[in-house]
Amino acid sequence: MYKILFKKLAILVFLLPLPGQAEVFERTLGNGLKVIVKEDHRAPVLVQQVWYRAGSMDESTGVTGIAHVLEHMMFKGTKSVPQGEFSKRIAAAGGRENAFTSYDYTAYFQQLHKDKLELAMKLESDRMHNLVLSEAEFKKEVQVVMEERRMRTDDEPHALLYEKLMAMAFQEHPYQHPIIGWMNDLQTLTVADARAWYQRWYAPNNAVLVVAGDVNASEVFALAQKYYGVIPSRVLPKRKQFSEPPQMGIKRFTVKAPAELPLLVMSYHAPTLRDPKKDTMPYALEVLAGVLDGNQSARLNKTLVREQQIASGAGAGYDSTARGPTLFTVEGTPSEGVSVAELEAALREQIALLIKDGVSPQELARVKAQVTANEVYKRDSVFYQAMQIGQMESIGLNYLDIPEMLEKLQAVTAQQVQDAAREILKDDNLIVAVLDPQALSGKPKRVNEGGSHAR
Amino acid sequence: MHARLLVTTAASLMLGFAPVASATPKIQHWQAPSGAQVYFVENHDLPMLDVAINFPAGSGFDTAEKAGVAGLTHALLELGAEGMSEDDIARKLADIGAQMGGSFDADRSNISVRTLSSRAERDEALAVMVRVLQRPLFPEAILAREKMRLVAALKEAETKPESIAAKAFGKAVFGEHPYGLPSAGDIASVEKLQRTDLDNFYATHYGAQTAVVALIGDLSRAEAEAIAQNLTAQLPPGGASSEIAQVVLQSSASKLLIPHPATQSHILIGAPGVARTDKDYFPLYVGNYVLGGGGFVSRLMQEVREKRGMAYSVYSYFIPMQQPGAFQIGLQTRKDQADAALQVVNKTLRDFIEKGVSDKELNAAKQNIINGFPLRIDSNKKILDYLSVIGFYHLPLTYLDEFPSRVSNVTVADISAAFKRKVNPDVMATVIVGAPEEKVPAGKMKAEKVEGAEK
Repeated sequence: MYKILFKKLAILVFLLPLPGQAEVFERTLGNGLKVIVKEDHRAPVLVQQVWYRAGSMDESTGVTGIAHVLEHMMFKGTKSVPQGEFSKRIAAAGGRENAFTSYDYTAYFQQLHKDKLELAMKLESDRMHNLVLSEAEFKKEVQVVMEERRMRTDDEPHALLYEKLMAMAFQEHPYQHPIIGWMNDLQTLTVADARAWYQRWYAPNNAVLVVAGDVNASEVFALAQKYYGVIPSRVLPKRKQFSEPPQMGIKRFTVKAPAELPLLVMSYHAPTLRDPKKDTMPYALEVLAGVLDGNQSARLNKTLVREQQIASGAGAGYDSTARGPTLFTVEGTPSEGVSVAELEAALREQIALLIKDGVSPQELARVKAQVTANEVYKRDSVFYQAMQIGQMESIGLNYLDIPEMLEKLQAVTAQQVQDAAREILKDDNLIVAVLDPQALSGKPKRVNEGGSHAR
Repeated sequence: MHARLLVTTAASLMLGFAPVASATPKIQHWQAPSGAQVYFVENHDLPMLDVAINFPAGSGFDTAEKAGVAGLTHALLELGAEGMSEDDIARKLADIGAQMGGSFDADRSNISVRTLSSRAERDEALAVMVRVLQRPLFPEAILAREKMRLVAALKEAETKPESIAAKAFGKAVFGEHPYGLPSAGDIASVEKLQRTDLDNFYATHYGAQTAVVALIGDLSRAEAEAIAQNLTAQLPPGGASSEIAQVVLQSSASKLLIPHPATQSHILIGAPGVARTDKDYFPLYVGNYVLGGGGFVSRLMQEVREKRGMAYSVYSYFIPMQQPGAFQIGLQTRKDQADAALQVVNKTLRDFIEKGVSDKELNAAKQNIINGFPLRIDSNKKILDYLSVIGFYHLPLTYLDEFPSRVSNVTVADISAAFKRKVNPDVMATVIVGAPEEKVPAGKMKAEKVEGAEK
C-alpha cells in the first residue's frame, strides 16, 4: 500500500495509443480540480483514481513518512462516513480499492462495475475535505506503518541497500528520505503533523481526478461537478524547487545484512524529462536501459548471466518521468565464486563497450519493437491506462504529451544512445553500493576469494 | 452460450444487489486431433493474441529424491530447442515484441505467449512456441548453469524469513506428500539432477493427451483450430499419470519455532484445505472472505490490524488444487508481540469455526464477490487464466456463467458445515520464523508437538 515500483515499467510509461487519444476528455472544474476521462468500453468496469501532487519529497526534516501515514489515515473515516465504512461500502459494491504513495505523489483508487461511479465519487470527494483525524486512530495506524516498514525495508536487505543508496546519492534533494519514513520519525510523528499535512495539500486545486473504463465522459464531468465541484480550493504553499548539485567524485558504501548472496548496485545521476518536446537525453537513456535490460536477449542477461556466467542475475533501470532528478542504475548478483569486485569490473566493461562502440541497429530496432508492441498490450488494462495519465499529470507533465514522447522515443538514434552513455555513465556521477551478506547467526560469512569459480 | 449473469430478483432484493448484468465471454471448446483439449475466446477488440498451454507437470509430480526436476524442465523449455539456441529464442521473440512467460505450481506447468496478431508477428511467435514445446534440448551446459543459479537462489531463500517459513510450513502441513516439497526443489536434490532426468520428465509429462490449450484474441475459430493442433501435434508421447497422490491430514497440531535475526516474526498457520472440484469449495471461498480474504473488511484484518495495530498484512486463503492445497493464515509482526498476535489469530479462527458467520457478514461477502464479478473478467489476460483453469481442472464450460449463482446460493449453514469438515484448528501446523529469542536456544529450531483431537 505504498509505492509502485516503476523500475521495470520504465519503457511502458510512455505508451498511450495514438488512436486512443480521441477517447480522452478533460475539464477543469471551477475549484481547480482537473478531471480526465479515458473511455474504454471493452468491459463493464471502471477505475477512479485521485492523484494529489504531494509525495514524500514535499516533507520536512523530522516528519518523514507523513505523506504515507496520511494515506493510511485517509481510510479512517470522515464526519459523515464513520471509521471502516469507506471500505465496507466499496466492498459491498463489489469494488477493489487501495492507495499508494511515492516520492512525487499520493494516489487513491477504486475499481468497480461501471454503475458504481457515483458511490466512488461520493466517498472519495468526501474524504478530500472532511477527514477526521483522531489521536487514538493515528497512534494505532503509525504502529501498522512501523510494521510495514519492518516488513518492507528493515528485514529486506535489498530494500535496505536501496534506501541507503538514495540517502547517499541525494545530498540536497529530498529524495534522500525514504517514502515510508525513517523509523525514528515514525516514532515521533503526531496527529498534529497529519492534520497539517492534510490541510496543506489535500485540496481540489492540488489534485487530478482520472476516470477510465466503460463510462461516458459528459456523465463523469457532471458527477465530478456535483461531488468534487463543491469543495473549496485552497491557497497552496509555494513549492521549493530542489536541485541536486554535481556529485564531483565517486561514492562507495557497504551494507551488512543477513543474506547469502551479495548485491552490487551502480547508480549514476541522470536527468528526467522536463520538456517532452525539446529534451533528447531522457529518451536516449530509456533506450539505453532497454538495450541493457529491456528484453530477454538484452545485453546484461545475455553477456553476464548466460555467456560469461559472472552473474547469477543482472539488470538495469531508468525512469525518465519524475518530479526530481533520478538515477540510471545497473546491478547484479555475482555467481558463486565470483567476487563483487570481479562483477563490478564486468559491468564496467559493458559500460565501456557501450561508450566505445555504441549500440547496433538490431538492438535499437528490438527496443523499439517492444515499445510498439507494449503500446497495444497496455490497452488490455484499464487500470494501467489511468495510471499512466495520473502519473504524468502529477509530476508536472501533461498526458497530451504522451504521443509525442512515444514518437521521440521511436526517433532515438544509435548515436544519441552512445552519447548519452558517454555523458551519464562516468565515475564522478557514480554511487557504488554493495550488500555484504552476513550469516544469520551474526558471524561473518566466509570471504569470497573469487577467481577460481567452477563453471 | 452468450450467457448473462443470473441474479434472481428475490436474491437481488434480499441482498441488496444492484441488478448487475454482465456478459461472460463465449468460450468455445474442442479436442484437437492431437488429443489436446482447447478453450478459445474470439475477441477482436485489440490486435493481439494470448496463447497458453498447460500440462500436469508441476512440482507435485516430483519425488523427494529428484525434487526440482519439474521446475527445471519448465524453466529450460525456452533455453534451447532444435535449431534454436537460447539466444535465438530470446532474440526472435524480442524482435517482434512478443513475450513468452508462464507459471508453475504444484499441479501445473503453464507456458504462455503474448504477441501482436498481425500475421508476420503472430506466425513468428507461434513458430518459436511450437519449437520450444516440441523440440526442447535441455542442453548440458545450460542445465549446469541453471542448476548453479537455482542453487544460489535456494541458498539465498534459506536466509529469508518468508522463504524459510514457507518451506517449513509446506513440510509441516503435507508431510511426505509431494505438495510439501519446495516447488523449485532442494539444494541437495537439484545438485544431483541430470539431463536425462529432464528428458524423461518432459517425455512423460508433456504429452498432448493431457495438454490444455487456451487462446484469446484476434483470431477466427479456424485459425485457432490450426494453431492449437500445430502446438500439440508433435508433443512427446506422455503417458505419466496426471493424478496427484492423495493428501493425508496431519493427526495432531504442531508448532515449529525457527530463530532468525529479523525484527519481525513471520507466522504461518494452516493445514490441507480443499480440492478445486470439491463441493465445499464455494462455501469455503465465501466464508474465507469473511475470515481473512476480504481485505480491510475481514475479521482477521479487523482484529489484528484495525483494532490492535499489530501487523501490516494478515490474511487467510485456500489454495484449491487437484488435491486439497493449503489453507493458510499468515502475518508478520514485531517479535515481542508475536505471541499476543498469534493468540488473537487463533481466537479469531476458533470463533469463526465454532460460531460461523452472521447473515450480515454473509450478505456483505456475497455483495462483494457478486458485484465485483465483472472485475474478474475485464481483460484478455484474466480470461486466459480462467480458460486454463477451467480446462485443466475439468470445470464446466458454464463455470463463469454460474459463478455468481454458486456464490449466491451459499448459506450460513453451508459455511459452518464446510469449515467444520475441512478446517480443524486442532490439527493445524504453526510455523514461527524469527521467534522471540528467549524461547529458542541460539542456532536451534524447536518443534513442539501439541496435543489435539484427531479429526
